[in-house]
Parts: sequence; C-alpha cells; structure tokens
Amino acid sequence: MNTANQYLKAIYLVQQQDNNPAATGRVADMLDVSPASANEMIGKLESRGLAEHEKYKGVSLTDDGIVRARDALQTYCIIERFLVNVLGVENFREEAKELESVIDGTVAERLDTIIDRKPECPDCFDPELDACRCLDVELEPEQPAD
Amino acid sequence: MYATDSIARGTAVSLGQQVDSDRQLARLLQIGIVLEEVVEARASRHYQSLAAEERTLDDEIEALLSHAAEESADHRKRLEDLIEGLTVDSVPFDEIETLVEARYGKTKPEDFDGVLYDQLCNEETAYKFYDDLIEAIEASDAAFSVDREHVIDVLRGLRKEERDGVKEVTTIMEERE
Repeated sequence: MNTANQYLKAIYLVQQQDNNPAATGRVADMLDVSPASANEMIGKLESRGLAEHEKYKGVSLTDDGIVRARDALQTYCIIERFLVNVLGVENFREEAKELESVIDGTVAERLDTIIDRKPECPDCFDPELDACRCLDVELEPEQPAD
Repeated sequence: MYATDSIARGTAVSLGQQVDSDRQLARLLQIGIVLEEVVEARASRHYQSLAAEERTLDDEIEALLSHAAEESADHRKRLEDLIEGLTVDSVPFDEIETLVEARYGKTKPEDFDGVLYDQLCNEETAYKFYDDLIEAIEASDAAFSVDREHVIDVLRGLRKEERDGVKEVTTIMEERE
C-alpha cells in the first residue's frame, strides 16, 4: 500500500465516523502526521480525482476515491488478520501500521488465501479499535501517547 | 502520538514506504517466506491435481511446477539466513509451513484458475513483493544488525529469479495460444 492509499483509508474512516466531510486535522491525527503534510497530500488526491476539498468544510472522497479507500482498508484488514492468525503477533495493530506501506494489494491477496477473512470485510473494520471487529482477540481502543 | 504532539516536539512526521528497524525487516522477510511457501504449496497442489495422463503428456508444465517448488524452497532458505542475522526473536517456521500445507491440502483443483495463470500470479506477486521491499529498505537510513548491502543484494537476486520466472511462464503461455 502506498502513502496515498493510507490517506484515502483515513479520510474514508473519518467521513464514516463523522458522517460529514473529513476535517483535515482529524485526518492528520489519524495518520500521526502534521496538518501541513495532510494538506499537501489531500491536494495531490484532489488533482488525481480521488478527493474533493472544500474550504472550511473538509475533504470528501469521490467514487473512485471510495473504491481505492475500501481496497486499501481491505489490504489493512488482511495484514492485521494475517499477523494475528498466522504469525501470532501480539502488537498486531502497531506492526500492521508499519507494514501497510510496504505490502501491496496483490501481495495481500496471496496472504488472504491462508487466512479466514469474513465476507463482510472491510465493513467489519472498527476505527475506534483500529482493528477488524471479527478478530478473535480481546481489544481495547488504543490510547494516544501523552 | 498524534500530529499536534509531533509539532510540539518540533518534528513533522510524514508517512513513507520504508523499513526502519530489525523487527520490521524480519517481519517482512518472514512474510516473504510465507509467500514462497504459498507458491510451493500451490505448485505442488496443482501438480497433484493434474490427471496422471496429463502429467506424462505435458513434460513442460511438470518441469515448470517442479522448478517452481525447488526455487521457492531455495528462496525460503535464503530469507531464513537473512533473518538469522537480525537481532529478533526466532520465528516459528515449521508451524507456518504446516499451516500453509494444511490450507492448500483442503483446496480443490477447481479452486485454481489454471496452472499457468496461477504460476504467473505467483511469480508476479513475489516479484512485486521483493521490488517493494528493496525500495523500502533503500528509502530508509536505519542501521540493521545485518549489512544493508548484503540484504539488498540477496533480495535483488530473488527479484531477478522471480522476473525470470514471469518471463518463462509468459513464454509458455504465448506458445500455447
């Protein structure tokens, strides 16, 4: 997954949570980047026809952006599930974040062949938990560091 | 953890495709091993799924699958050697192998899309994985407990063999059109 996909995924999730265009600050918080970095990438997404930014309102994904965001979210779900079910990784959320920019969708599809992913994926993804709700592990929302 | 804190610390965090630690590198190499195991398991399952008559009639496909399985085993060994040089906890290779075998043992022949097409996807996926991994290591200035150039050399070797594999399968597919 490349960096643009990480942004698309974040915008998609913030839009879903807030039921409104995503505020740039919320997107930046979710990705742990500066608002300036978020603004720059949102501009690039807009020029590629994947997002629309309205001043003072926020950013919304276009139909093409939504398709790519859902693909990116699915790849992320596959990585999390693979880390938990195949490799038994305890800190899977932290590691999934580190891996998502390096694992391409085609590679994730191959990993997907050895995990039992639910048909509702990626709608099973819970942004509060930062994980798939169907994972067979006990989860608590991650707390931002002080 | 969040951006506001990053700004307060005077750092502007940006996302990027890069490998920053021994642990992350080991995990990615481990994923490479799983991918190679998947390739081997699919090739082996394909071979078993071919009717006895087809096996004797089609030496070319038999040789292709046999070579793919051997190459994957060799690639796994090279990836394992790299992981051994990193300062991380050992990873349970045997358990993963058993899991992958069990998964493909249940796959019916009709679940595959065709021998050659599947082999092409295997080789292309592995090529893409090594290509992205090389790029992510090159983008990082982190120090690993194994020599960075050695890691990149090994990965380039694996990538080249996957690229050769793509060409080999493509040639066979074109000849059969």
